[in-house]
Amino acid sequence: MAKIEIRNVSKDFENNNGTILHAVKNVSLTVNDGEVVVIIGPSGSGKSTLLRTVNGLETAQSGSILIDGIDIMDKDTDIRQVREEVGMVFQSFNLFPHLSVLDNITLAPMKVRKMSRNEAEDKAMDLLAMVGLADKAHQKPTQLSGGQQQRVAIVRALAMEPKAMLFDEPTSALDPEMIKEVLDVMLKLAKSGMTMLLVTHEMGFARAAADKVVFMADGEVVESGTPEEMFANPKTQRAKDFLNHIL
Amino acid sequence: MVKDTIKQPPTLPKTEGELMEIRNKVVSNPFHTTKKEPTVISMTDGVLIPKKGNKHLVTSWRLTFFGAVVVLVCLCVFDPDTYWKIFKYTITGIPTTFECTIFAILGAVLIGTITGVGSSSKNRVVNQICGIYVELIRGIPLLVQLMFLYYALGSLIHIEGIVAAIIALSICFGAYMGEIIRAGIQSIPKGQVEAATALGLSKSQTFFSVILPQTIKVVLPAIGNEFISMLKDSSLVSILALSDILKRGREYISRTFLSLQTMLVVALIYLILTLILSRLVGFMEERLHKNG
Ligand SMILES: Nc1ncnc2c1ncn2[C@@H]1O[C@H](COP(=O)(O)OP(=O)(O)O)[C@@H](O)[C@H]1O
Ligand SMILES: [Mg+2]
Repeated sequence: MAKIEIRNVSKDFENNNGTILHAVKNVSLTVNDGEVVVIIGPSGSGKSTLLRTVNGLETAQSGSILIDGIDIMDKDTDIRQVREEVGMVFQSFNLFPHLSVLDNITLAPMKVRKMSRNEAEDKAMDLLAMVGLADKAHQKPTQLSGGQQQRVAIVRALAMEPKAMLFDEPTSALDPEMIKEVLDVMLKLAKSGMTMLLVTHEMGFARAAADKVVFMADGEVVESGTPEEMFANPKTQRAKDFLNHIL
Repeated sequence: MVKDTIKQPPTLPKTEGELMEIRNKVVSNPFHTTKKEPTVISMTDGVLIPKKGNKHLVTSWRLTFFGAVVVLVCLCVFDPDTYWKIFKYTITGIPTTFECTIFAILGAVLIGTITGVGSSSKNRVVNQICGIYVELIRGIPLLVQLMFLYYALGSLIHIEGIVAAIIALSICFGAYMGEIIRAGIQSIPKGQVEAATALGLSKSQTFFSVILPQTIKVVLPAIGNEFISMLKDSSLVSILALSDILKRGREYISRTFLSLQTMLVVALIYLILTLILSRLVGFMEERLHKNG
Protein backbone atom coordinates (compact mmCIF):
# COMPACT_ATOMS: atom_id res chain seq x y z
CA MET A 1 0.00 0.00 0.00
CA ALA A 2 1.06 3.57 0.12
CA LYS A 3 1.93 6.54 2.22
CA ILE A 4 0.57 10.00 1.39
CA GLU A 5 2.45 13.03 2.69
CA ILE A 6 0.98 16.46 2.16
CA ARG A 7 3.50 19.15 3.08
CA ASN A 8 2.64 22.83 3.38
CA VAL A 9 0.25 22.74 0.49
CA SER A 10 -1.55 25.93 -0.53
CA LYS A 11 -4.07 26.39 -3.31
CA ASP A 12 -5.58 29.67 -4.47
CA PHE A 13 -8.35 30.22 -6.93
CA GLU A 14 -8.74 33.36 -8.94
CA ASN A 15 -12.37 34.33 -9.13
CA ASN A 16 -13.90 35.85 -12.22
CA ASN A 17 -13.80 39.29 -10.66
CA GLY A 18 -10.06 38.96 -10.11
CA THR A 19 -10.11 38.43 -6.35
CA ILE A 20 -7.96 35.64 -4.97
CA LEU A 21 -9.56 32.95 -2.86
CA HIS A 22 -7.27 31.00 -0.57
CA ALA A 23 -9.00 27.63 -0.67
CA VAL A 24 -6.22 25.68 1.05
CA LYS A 25 -3.65 27.39 3.26
CA ASN A 26 -0.38 25.74 4.14
CA VAL A 27 -1.84 22.36 5.01
CA SER A 28 0.31 19.45 6.10
CA LEU A 29 -1.09 16.00 6.63
CA THR A 30 0.28 12.47 6.54
CA VAL A 31 -1.57 9.28 5.84
CA ASN A 32 0.65 6.36 6.69
CA ASP A 33 0.64 3.08 4.90
CA GLY A 34 -2.67 1.36 5.57
CA GLU A 35 -4.07 4.23 7.59
CA VAL A 36 -7.52 5.74 7.26
CA VAL A 37 -7.71 9.50 7.69
CA VAL A 38 -11.01 11.34 7.73
CA ILE A 39 -11.25 15.06 6.96
CA ILE A 40 -14.23 16.90 8.40
CA GLY A 41 -15.21 20.55 8.35
CA PRO A 42 -17.86 22.98 7.21
CA SER A 43 -18.66 23.30 3.55
CA GLY A 44 -16.30 25.59 1.67
CA SER A 45 -13.42 24.87 4.01
CA GLY A 46 -11.24 23.43 1.26
CA LYS A 47 -11.63 19.71 1.95
CA SER A 48 -12.39 18.74 -1.64
CA THR A 49 -9.71 21.01 -2.99
CA LEU A 50 -7.12 19.45 -0.72
CA LEU A 51 -8.19 15.97 -1.69
CA ARG A 52 -8.06 16.85 -5.36
CA THR A 53 -4.50 18.09 -5.14
CA VAL A 54 -3.43 14.60 -4.10
CA ASN A 55 -4.18 13.10 -7.52
CA GLY A 56 -3.50 16.26 -9.47
CA LEU A 57 -7.07 17.21 -10.32
CA GLU A 58 -6.03 20.53 -8.81
CA THR A 59 -2.47 21.77 -8.92
CA ALA A 60 -1.31 23.32 -5.69
CA GLN A 61 0.59 26.60 -5.90
CA SER A 62 3.10 25.66 -3.26
CA GLY A 63 4.15 22.84 -1.01
CA SER A 64 4.73 19.26 -1.97
CA ILE A 65 2.75 16.06 -2.10
CA LEU A 66 4.62 12.80 -1.76
CA ILE A 67 3.11 9.45 -2.54
CA ASP A 68 5.45 6.71 -1.44
CA GLY A 69 8.16 9.33 -1.47
CA ILE A 70 7.51 10.45 -5.04
CA ASP A 71 6.73 14.15 -5.34
CA ILE A 72 3.73 14.41 -7.63
CA MET A 73 4.30 18.11 -8.18
CA ASP A 74 7.79 17.50 -9.50
CA LYS A 75 7.97 18.34 -13.19
CA ASP A 76 9.60 14.99 -13.89
CA THR A 77 6.81 13.00 -12.27
CA ASP A 78 4.28 11.56 -14.67
CA ILE A 79 1.03 12.52 -12.99
CA ARG A 80 -0.85 9.89 -14.97
CA GLN A 81 1.21 7.17 -13.38
CA VAL A 82 0.34 8.58 -9.97
CA ARG A 83 -3.35 8.58 -10.86
CA GLU A 84 -3.14 4.90 -11.77
CA GLU A 85 -2.08 4.23 -8.21
CA VAL A 86 -4.53 6.52 -6.44
CA GLY A 87 -8.22 5.81 -6.87
CA MET A 88 -10.87 8.44 -6.35
CA VAL A 89 -14.57 8.27 -5.53
CA PHE A 90 -16.71 11.36 -6.01
CA GLN A 91 -19.78 12.68 -4.29
CA SER A 92 -21.80 12.51 -7.50
CA PHE A 93 -20.50 9.06 -8.57
CA ASN A 94 -19.54 10.29 -12.06
CA LEU A 95 -20.13 6.94 -13.70
CA PHE A 96 -20.02 7.01 -17.50
CA PRO A 97 -23.69 6.93 -18.50
CA HIS A 98 -23.11 5.63 -22.02
CA LEU A 99 -21.30 2.51 -20.80
CA SER A 100 -22.65 -0.54 -19.02
CA VAL A 101 -21.60 -1.13 -15.43
CA LEU A 102 -19.08 -3.70 -16.63
CA ASP A 103 -17.63 -1.38 -19.27
CA ASN A 104 -17.38 1.42 -16.73
CA ILE A 105 -15.18 -0.83 -14.65
CA THR A 106 -13.06 -2.33 -17.41
CA LEU A 107 -12.43 0.90 -19.34
CA ALA A 108 -9.39 2.08 -17.41
CA PRO A 109 -7.78 -1.33 -16.80
CA MET A 110 -7.97 -2.01 -20.53
CA LYS A 111 -6.99 1.44 -21.79
CA VAL A 112 -4.46 2.40 -19.16
CA ARG A 113 -3.16 -0.90 -17.79
CA LYS A 114 -3.51 -2.59 -21.20
CA MET A 115 -5.25 -5.54 -19.63
CA SER A 116 -7.01 -7.94 -21.99
CA ARG A 117 -10.78 -7.72 -22.07
CA ASN A 118 -11.18 -11.19 -20.58
CA GLU A 119 -8.87 -10.51 -17.72
CA ALA A 120 -10.43 -7.12 -17.02
CA GLU A 121 -13.95 -8.52 -17.11
CA ASP A 122 -13.11 -11.44 -14.81
CA LYS A 123 -11.64 -9.05 -12.35
CA ALA A 124 -14.58 -6.66 -12.65
CA MET A 125 -17.02 -9.50 -12.01
CA ASP A 126 -15.10 -10.57 -8.91
CA LEU A 127 -15.18 -7.05 -7.56
CA LEU A 128 -18.85 -6.62 -8.41
CA ALA A 129 -19.59 -9.83 -6.55
CA MET A 130 -17.68 -8.48 -3.59
CA VAL A 131 -20.03 -5.48 -3.39
CA GLY A 132 -23.09 -7.61 -4.14
CA LEU A 133 -23.78 -6.25 -7.62
CA ALA A 134 -22.76 -9.10 -9.90
CA ASP A 135 -26.25 -9.22 -11.39
CA LYS A 136 -26.04 -5.58 -12.46
CA ALA A 137 -22.99 -5.96 -14.70
CA HIS A 138 -24.85 -5.47 -17.95
CA GLN A 139 -27.14 -2.66 -16.88
CA LYS A 140 -26.58 1.00 -17.53
CA PRO A 141 -25.67 3.15 -14.51
CA THR A 142 -28.94 5.12 -14.76
CA GLN A 143 -30.86 1.90 -14.07
CA LEU A 144 -29.18 1.61 -10.68
CA SER A 145 -30.04 3.28 -7.39
CA GLY A 146 -27.67 5.88 -5.98
CA GLY A 147 -26.19 3.45 -3.49
CA GLN A 148 -25.61 0.89 -6.20
CA GLN A 149 -24.03 3.49 -8.46
CA GLN A 150 -21.63 4.56 -5.76
CA ARG A 151 -20.64 0.95 -5.09
CA VAL A 152 -19.95 0.57 -8.81
CA ALA A 153 -17.87 3.75 -8.68
CA ILE A 154 -15.83 2.27 -5.85
CA VAL A 155 -15.35 -0.93 -7.81
CA ARG A 156 -14.34 1.09 -10.87
CA ALA A 157 -11.58 2.71 -8.85
CA LEU A 158 -10.53 -0.59 -7.25
CA ALA A 159 -10.25 -2.29 -10.63
CA MET A 160 -7.09 -0.27 -11.21
CA GLU A 161 -5.59 -1.91 -8.12
CA PRO A 162 -4.74 1.41 -6.50
CA LYS A 163 -2.38 1.68 -3.56
CA ALA A 164 -4.49 4.39 -1.97
CA MET A 165 -8.03 5.67 -2.27
CA LEU A 166 -9.52 9.14 -2.01
CA PHE A 167 -13.21 9.59 -1.19
CA ASP A 168 -14.94 12.96 -1.44
CA GLU A 169 -18.18 12.80 0.53
CA PRO A 170 -19.10 9.46 -1.01
CA THR A 171 -22.42 9.16 0.79
CA SER A 172 -23.65 12.72 0.89
CA ALA A 173 -25.57 12.55 -2.38
CA LEU A 174 -27.36 9.41 -1.23
CA ASP A 175 -30.76 8.87 0.29
CA PRO A 176 -30.37 7.89 3.95
CA GLU A 177 -31.43 4.29 3.41
CA MET A 178 -28.63 3.75 0.91
CA ILE A 179 -25.80 5.14 2.96
CA LYS A 180 -25.15 1.97 4.91
CA GLU A 181 -24.56 -0.23 1.88
CA VAL A 182 -21.84 2.13 0.69
CA LEU A 183 -20.29 2.58 4.11
CA ASP A 184 -20.15 -1.18 4.54
CA VAL A 185 -18.07 -1.47 1.38
CA MET A 186 -15.78 1.33 2.54
CA LEU A 187 -15.44 -0.29 5.93
CA LYS A 188 -14.47 -3.58 4.34
CA LEU A 189 -11.89 -1.75 2.30
CA ALA A 190 -10.51 0.01 5.35
CA LYS A 191 -10.24 -3.29 7.24
CA SER A 192 -8.40 -4.84 4.31
CA GLY A 193 -5.59 -2.38 4.89
CA MET A 194 -6.21 0.11 2.12
CA THR A 195 -4.66 3.52 2.63
CA MET A 196 -7.62 5.90 2.61
CA LEU A 197 -7.99 9.66 2.75
CA LEU A 198 -11.59 10.71 2.86
CA VAL A 199 -13.93 13.56 3.39
CA THR A 200 -17.04 12.34 5.15
CA HIS A 201 -19.34 13.34 7.93
CA GLU A 202 -20.42 9.83 8.76
CA MET A 203 -19.17 9.89 12.31
CA GLY A 204 -20.02 6.24 12.82
CA PHE A 205 -17.68 5.36 10.01
CA ALA A 206 -14.99 7.63 11.38
CA ARG A 207 -15.23 6.01 14.81
CA ALA A 208 -15.16 2.52 13.39
CA ALA A 209 -12.47 2.91 10.77
CA ALA A 210 -10.45 6.09 11.09
CA ASP A 211 -6.99 6.25 12.61
CA LYS A 212 -7.11 10.01 12.56
CA VAL A 213 -9.70 12.73 12.12
CA VAL A 214 -8.65 16.09 10.72
CA PHE A 215 -10.82 19.16 11.22
CA MET A 216 -10.49 21.83 8.54
CA ALA A 217 -11.95 25.32 8.51
CA ASP A 218 -11.26 28.22 6.15
CA GLY A 219 -8.64 26.28 4.26
CA GLU A 220 -6.61 25.36 7.32
CA VAL A 221 -6.20 22.30 9.47
CA VAL A 222 -7.50 23.53 12.80
CA GLU A 223 -7.18 20.37 14.80
CA SER A 224 -6.54 16.68 14.37
CA GLY A 225 -6.52 13.59 16.53
CA THR A 226 -7.94 10.13 16.98
CA PRO A 227 -11.70 9.84 16.52
CA GLU A 228 -12.11 9.37 20.26
CA GLU A 229 -10.17 12.52 21.10
CA MET A 230 -11.81 14.57 18.41
CA PHE A 231 -15.37 13.59 19.11
CA ALA A 232 -15.20 13.34 22.90
CA ASN A 233 -13.23 16.46 23.72
CA PRO A 234 -12.18 18.67 20.84
CA LYS A 235 -9.65 21.28 21.94
CA THR A 236 -10.54 24.21 19.74
CA GLN A 237 -13.75 26.17 19.98
CA ARG A 238 -14.35 25.93 16.23
CA ALA A 239 -14.14 22.17 16.27
CA LYS A 240 -16.43 22.11 19.29
CA ASP A 241 -19.00 24.28 17.55
CA PHE A 242 -18.82 22.26 14.39
CA LEU A 243 -19.15 18.92 16.15
CA ASN A 244 -22.04 20.19 18.24
CA HIS A 245 -23.64 21.07 14.99
CA ILE A 246 -23.43 17.63 13.49
CA LEU A 247 -23.37 15.18 16.40
CA MET B 1 -30.48 4.05 10.30
CA VAL B 2 -27.08 4.70 8.88
CA LYS B 3 -24.85 2.09 10.28
CA ASP B 4 -25.97 -0.85 12.33
CA THR B 5 -22.66 -2.59 11.88
CA ILE B 6 -20.74 0.46 12.89
CA LYS B 7 -20.42 1.62 16.44
CA GLN B 8 -22.93 4.34 17.16
CA PRO B 9 -22.00 7.21 19.41
CA PRO B 10 -24.37 6.95 22.37
CA THR B 11 -25.87 10.41 21.97
CA LEU B 12 -27.34 9.99 18.54
CA PRO B 13 -31.07 9.46 18.80
CA LYS B 14 -31.87 11.51 15.74
CA THR B 15 -34.78 11.14 13.40
CA GLU B 16 -34.19 10.87 9.70
CA GLY B 17 -35.58 14.33 9.19
CA GLU B 18 -33.12 15.82 11.63
CA LEU B 19 -30.30 13.87 10.07
CA MET B 20 -31.19 15.14 6.62
CA GLU B 21 -31.19 18.66 7.97
CA ILE B 22 -27.74 18.17 9.39
CA ARG B 23 -26.60 16.59 6.21
CA ASN B 24 -27.74 19.57 4.22
CA LYS B 25 -25.79 21.88 6.48
CA VAL B 26 -22.61 19.87 6.32
CA VAL B 27 -22.47 18.54 2.82
CA SER B 28 -20.63 20.83 0.44
CA ASN B 29 -22.03 21.98 -2.79
CA PRO B 30 -20.37 19.87 -5.41
CA PHE B 31 -18.63 22.83 -6.97
CA HIS B 32 -16.81 20.79 -9.57
CA THR B 33 -19.58 18.48 -10.56
CA THR B 34 -22.65 20.50 -11.29
CA LYS B 35 -25.06 18.15 -12.94
CA LYS B 36 -26.70 19.40 -16.06
CA GLU B 37 -29.80 18.15 -17.74
CA PRO B 38 -29.05 16.69 -21.15
CA THR B 39 -29.08 19.63 -23.50
CA VAL B 40 -31.10 19.82 -26.65
CA ILE B 41 -29.41 22.03 -29.13
CA SER B 42 -31.04 23.54 -32.15
CA MET B 43 -29.25 26.06 -34.24
CA THR B 44 -30.90 27.06 -37.48
CA ASP B 45 -34.47 26.22 -38.31
CA GLY B 46 -36.66 25.33 -35.38
CA VAL B 47 -37.00 21.68 -34.61
CA LEU B 48 -39.52 20.19 -36.96
CA ILE B 49 -38.83 16.58 -36.32
CA PRO B 50 -41.98 14.90 -35.13
CA LYS B 51 -41.62 12.25 -32.46
CA LYS B 52 -44.11 9.85 -31.07
CA GLY B 53 -45.88 11.43 -28.19
CA ASN B 54 -45.88 14.80 -29.85
CA LYS B 55 -49.31 14.33 -31.35
CA HIS B 56 -49.68 17.85 -32.62
CA LEU B 57 -46.50 17.75 -34.68
CA VAL B 58 -47.17 14.25 -35.93
CA THR B 59 -50.59 15.30 -37.14
CA SER B 60 -49.31 18.38 -38.92
CA TRP B 61 -46.52 16.33 -40.42
CA ARG B 62 -49.06 13.85 -41.79
CA LEU B 63 -51.35 16.54 -43.13
CA THR B 64 -48.54 18.38 -44.86
CA PHE B 65 -46.91 15.27 -46.24
CA PHE B 66 -50.02 13.63 -47.63
CA GLY B 67 -51.35 16.99 -48.77
CA ALA B 68 -48.19 17.62 -50.75
CA VAL B 69 -48.19 14.14 -52.26
CA VAL B 70 -51.85 14.36 -53.19
CA VAL B 71 -51.46 17.78 -54.81
CA LEU B 72 -48.43 16.63 -56.78
CA VAL B 73 -50.12 13.43 -57.94
CA CYS B 74 -53.33 15.24 -58.90
CA LEU B 75 -51.43 17.84 -60.88
CA CYS B 76 -49.50 15.16 -62.76
CA VAL B 77 -52.61 13.04 -63.40
CA PHE B 78 -55.01 15.77 -64.43
CA ASP B 79 -52.63 17.93 -66.39
CA PRO B 80 -49.88 15.58 -67.45
CA ASP B 81 -48.92 17.71 -70.42
CA THR B 82 -47.79 20.47 -68.14
CA TYR B 83 -47.00 18.94 -64.76
CA TRP B 84 -45.90 15.40 -65.54
CA LYS B 85 -43.42 16.83 -68.02
CA ILE B 86 -42.13 19.33 -65.49
CA PHE B 87 -41.90 16.60 -62.87
CA LYS B 88 -40.01 14.23 -65.16
CA TYR B 89 -37.57 16.96 -66.08
CA THR B 90 -36.87 18.43 -62.65
CA ILE B 91 -36.69 15.11 -60.82
CA THR B 92 -33.45 14.36 -62.66
CA GLY B 93 -31.86 16.95 -60.40
CA ILE B 94 -32.34 14.75 -57.35
CA PRO B 95 -29.04 12.85 -57.61
CA THR B 96 -27.08 16.10 -57.66
CA THR B 97 -29.07 17.51 -54.76
CA PHE B 98 -28.54 14.35 -52.74
CA GLU B 99 -24.88 14.12 -53.60
CA CYS B 100 -24.29 17.71 -52.52
CA THR B 101 -26.34 17.32 -49.36
CA ILE B 102 -24.86 14.06 -48.15
CA PHE B 103 -21.22 14.78 -48.86
CA ALA B 104 -21.51 18.34 -47.61
CA ILE B 105 -23.09 17.24 -44.34
CA LEU B 106 -20.28 14.72 -43.85
CA GLY B 107 -17.77 17.45 -44.58
CA ALA B 108 -19.55 19.82 -42.25
CA VAL B 109 -19.56 17.25 -39.43
CA LEU B 110 -15.84 16.71 -39.93
CA ILE B 111 -15.05 20.44 -39.94
CA GLY B 112 -17.54 21.00 -37.14
CA THR B 113 -15.93 18.37 -34.94
CA ILE B 114 -12.54 19.95 -35.42
CA THR B 115 -13.75 23.49 -34.74
CA GLY B 116 -16.04 22.33 -31.94
CA VAL B 117 -13.15 20.63 -30.18
CA GLY B 118 -10.95 23.61 -31.03
CA SER B 119 -13.29 26.15 -29.52
CA SER B 120 -13.67 24.03 -26.37
CA SER B 121 -9.90 23.86 -26.09
CA LYS B 122 -7.99 25.82 -23.52
CA ASN B 123 -5.33 26.68 -26.08
CA ARG B 124 -5.82 30.40 -26.77
CA VAL B 125 -4.56 30.39 -30.36
CA VAL B 126 -6.61 27.38 -31.44
CA ASN B 127 -9.57 28.86 -29.68
CA GLN B 128 -9.19 32.21 -31.44
CA ILE B 129 -8.82 30.65 -34.87
CA CYS B 130 -12.02 28.67 -34.40
CA GLY B 131 -13.80 31.73 -33.07
CA ILE B 132 -12.80 33.85 -36.04
CA TYR B 133 -13.89 31.16 -38.48
CA VAL B 134 -17.31 31.00 -36.86
CA GLU B 135 -17.67 34.79 -36.87
CA LEU B 136 -16.66 35.04 -40.52
CA ILE B 137 -19.13 32.43 -41.63
CA ARG B 138 -21.93 33.83 -39.52
CA GLY B 139 -21.43 37.32 -40.81
CA ILE B 140 -21.55 36.63 -44.54
CA PRO B 141 -24.67 35.52 -46.41
CA LEU B 142 -24.56 31.88 -47.37
CA LEU B 143 -25.04 32.64 -51.04
CA VAL B 144 -22.16 35.10 -51.07
CA GLN B 145 -19.86 32.66 -49.26
CA LEU B 146 -20.80 29.91 -51.59
CA MET B 147 -20.05 31.91 -54.72
CA PHE B 148 -16.85 33.31 -53.26
CA LEU B 149 -15.54 29.91 -52.20
CA TYR B 150 -16.60 28.36 -55.46
CA TYR B 151 -14.69 30.86 -57.53
CA ALA B 152 -11.78 30.95 -55.12
CA LEU B 153 -11.45 27.18 -55.20
CA GLY B 154 -11.87 27.18 -58.95
CA SER B 155 -9.05 29.66 -59.46
CA LEU B 156 -6.70 27.92 -57.03
CA ILE B 157 -7.09 24.29 -57.94
CA HIS B 158 -8.67 22.46 -60.79
CA ILE B 159 -11.58 20.56 -59.38
CA GLU B 160 -14.97 19.62 -60.62
CA GLY B 161 -17.78 22.05 -59.99
CA ILE B 162 -19.64 19.67 -57.74
CA VAL B 163 -16.59 19.03 -55.57
CA ALA B 164 -16.04 22.75 -55.19
CA ALA B 165 -19.69 23.20 -54.27
CA ILE B 166 -19.53 20.42 -51.70
CA ILE B 167 -16.39 21.88 -50.14
CA ALA B 168 -17.96 25.33 -50.07
CA LEU B 169 -21.15 24.03 -48.45
CA SER B 170 -19.10 22.04 -45.94
CA ILE B 171 -17.12 25.09 -44.93
CA CYS B 172 -20.27 27.19 -44.57
CA PHE B 173 -22.18 24.62 -42.54
CA GLY B 174 -19.06 23.54 -40.67
CA ALA B 175 -19.16 26.71 -38.61
CA TYR B 176 -22.69 26.08 -37.39
CA MET B 177 -21.87 22.44 -36.85
CA GLY B 178 -18.86 23.54 -34.83
CA GLU B 179 -21.09 25.58 -32.56
CA ILE B 180 -23.42 22.64 -32.13
CA ILE B 181 -20.58 20.32 -31.24
CA ARG B 182 -18.99 22.86 -28.91
CA ALA B 183 -22.29 23.23 -27.06
CA GLY B 184 -22.57 19.44 -26.99
CA ILE B 185 -19.12 19.00 -25.50
CA GLN B 186 -19.81 21.68 -22.92
CA SER B 187 -23.04 20.01 -21.90
CA ILE B 188 -21.13 16.95 -20.68
CA PRO B 189 -20.73 17.35 -16.91
CA LYS B 190 -17.23 18.18 -15.76
CA GLY B 191 -17.32 15.19 -13.43
CA GLN B 192 -17.04 12.92 -16.44
CA VAL B 193 -13.66 14.29 -17.41
CA GLU B 194 -12.57 14.27 -13.79
CA ALA B 195 -13.55 10.66 -13.28
CA ALA B 196 -11.69 9.62 -16.42
CA THR B 197 -8.67 11.70 -15.48
CA ALA B 198 -8.64 10.28 -11.97
CA LEU B 199 -8.61 6.78 -13.46
CA GLY B 200 -5.42 7.63 -15.30
CA LEU B 201 -6.85 8.02 -18.79
CA SER B 202 -4.93 10.36 -21.07
CA LYS B 203 -6.60 13.40 -22.60
CA SER B 204 -7.17 11.70 -25.92
CA GLN B 205 -8.43 8.50 -24.27
CA THR B 206 -10.81 10.61 -22.23
CA PHE B 207 -11.99 12.42 -25.34
CA PHE B 208 -12.59 9.36 -27.48
CA SER B 209 -13.94 7.00 -24.80
CA VAL B 210 -15.89 9.37 -22.59
CA ILE B 211 -16.60 12.77 -24.14
CA LEU B 212 -17.19 11.98 -27.79
CA PRO B 213 -19.71 9.14 -27.40
CA GLN B 214 -21.79 11.23 -25.02
CA THR B 215 -21.50 14.31 -27.22
CA ILE B 216 -22.72 12.39 -30.26
CA LYS B 217 -25.86 11.46 -28.44
CA VAL B 218 -26.51 15.04 -27.45
CA VAL B 219 -25.81 16.59 -30.85
CA LEU B 220 -27.42 14.03 -33.11
CA PRO B 221 -30.85 15.69 -33.16
CA ALA B 222 -29.25 19.03 -34.00
CA ILE B 223 -27.18 17.41 -36.74
CA GLY B 224 -30.38 15.90 -38.11
CA ASN B 225 -31.83 19.38 -38.27
CA GLU B 226 -28.77 20.66 -40.06
CA PHE B 227 -29.13 17.82 -42.51
CA ILE B 228 -32.61 19.03 -43.40
CA SER B 229 -31.42 22.63 -43.69
CA MET B 230 -28.61 21.44 -45.89
CA LEU B 231 -31.03 19.69 -48.22
CA LYS B 232 -32.86 22.95 -48.68
CA ASP B 233 -29.85 25.23 -48.82
CA SER B 234 -28.13 22.96 -51.31
CA SER B 235 -30.53 24.56 -53.78
CA LEU B 236 -28.17 27.54 -53.68
CA VAL B 237 -25.67 25.52 -55.69
CA SER B 238 -28.00 25.83 -58.64
CA ILE B 239 -26.40 29.21 -59.15
CA LEU B 240 -23.06 27.45 -59.63
CA ALA B 241 -24.20 25.69 -62.78
CA LEU B 242 -24.84 22.38 -61.06
CA SER B 243 -27.94 20.54 -62.22
CA ASP B 244 -29.73 20.09 -58.95
CA ILE B 245 -33.50 20.15 -58.63
CA LEU B 246 -33.78 23.92 -58.66
CA LYS B 247 -31.35 24.31 -61.55
CA ARG B 248 -33.33 21.79 -63.60
CA GLY B 249 -36.46 23.74 -62.84
CA ARG B 250 -34.90 26.99 -64.00
CA GLU B 251 -33.69 25.32 -67.19
CA TYR B 252 -37.20 24.14 -67.83
CA ILE B 253 -38.59 27.61 -67.27
CA SER B 254 -36.16 29.13 -69.74
CA ARG B 255 -37.36 26.66 -72.35
CA THR B 256 -41.10 26.77 -71.72
CA PHE B 257 -41.73 29.95 -69.72
CA LEU B 258 -43.99 27.93 -67.39
CA SER B 259 -42.45 29.67 -64.42
CA LEU B 260 -45.22 29.42 -61.85
CA GLN B 261 -46.11 25.81 -62.64
CA THR B 262 -42.46 24.72 -62.59
CA MET B 263 -41.68 26.41 -59.32
CA LEU B 264 -44.76 24.82 -57.80
CA VAL B 265 -43.46 21.38 -58.70
CA VAL B 266 -39.98 22.22 -57.48
CA ALA B 267 -41.38 23.44 -54.19
CA LEU B 268 -43.46 20.30 -53.77
CA ILE B 269 -40.49 18.06 -54.48
CA TYR B 270 -38.34 19.83 -51.88
CA LEU B 271 -41.17 19.77 -49.40
CA ILE B 272 -41.76 16.06 -49.77
CA LEU B 273 -38.05 15.32 -49.51
CA THR B 274 -37.53 17.35 -46.37
CA LEU B 275 -40.63 15.86 -44.76
CA ILE B 276 -39.42 12.33 -45.45
CA LEU B 277 -36.01 13.22 -44.14
CA SER B 278 -37.36 14.79 -40.97
CA ARG B 279 -39.34 11.65 -40.29
CA LEU B 280 -36.26 9.49 -40.79
CA VAL B 281 -34.27 11.63 -38.40
CA GLY B 282 -37.12 11.34 -35.90
CA PHE B 283 -37.04 7.55 -36.10
CA MET B 284 -33.30 7.51 -35.67
CA GLU B 285 -33.58 9.58 -32.53
CA GLU B 286 -36.24 7.34 -31.08
CA ARG B 287 -34.06 4.31 -31.64
CA LEU B 288 -31.13 6.08 -30.10
CA HIS B 289 -33.15 6.85 -27.00
CA LYS B 290 -34.39 3.29 -26.73
CA ASN B 291 -30.86 1.98 -26.85
CA GLY B 292 -30.16 4.01 -23.75
N1 LIG C 1 -12.50 25.52 -9.47
C1 LIG C 1 -12.74 26.49 -8.56
N2 LIG C 1 -12.71 27.79 -8.92
C2 LIG C 1 -12.92 28.76 -8.01
N3 LIG C 1 -13.18 28.55 -6.72
C3 LIG C 1 -13.23 27.27 -6.30
C4 LIG C 1 -13.02 26.17 -7.20
N4 LIG C 1 -13.12 25.02 -6.50
C5 LIG C 1 -13.40 25.37 -5.23
N5 LIG C 1 -13.47 26.71 -5.11
C6 LIG C 1 -13.71 27.45 -3.86
O1 LIG C 1 -12.75 27.03 -2.92
C7 LIG C 1 -13.35 26.94 -1.63
C8 LIG C 1 -13.15 25.56 -1.08
O2 LIG C 1 -13.95 24.67 -1.81
P1 LIG C 1 -14.02 23.13 -1.54
O3 LIG C 1 -12.64 22.58 -1.53
O4 LIG C 1 -14.95 22.54 -2.53
O5 LIG C 1 -14.63 23.07 -0.09
P2 LIG C 1 -15.31 21.86 0.67
O6 LIG C 1 -15.06 20.61 -0.09
O7 LIG C 1 -14.67 21.85 2.02
O8 LIG C 1 -16.75 22.20 0.78
C9 LIG C 1 -14.79 27.32 -1.79
O9 LIG C 1 -14.95 28.67 -1.41
C10 LIG C 1 -15.05 27.14 -3.25
O10 LIG C 1 -16.05 28.03 -3.69
MG1 LIG D 1 -16.42 19.30 -1.01
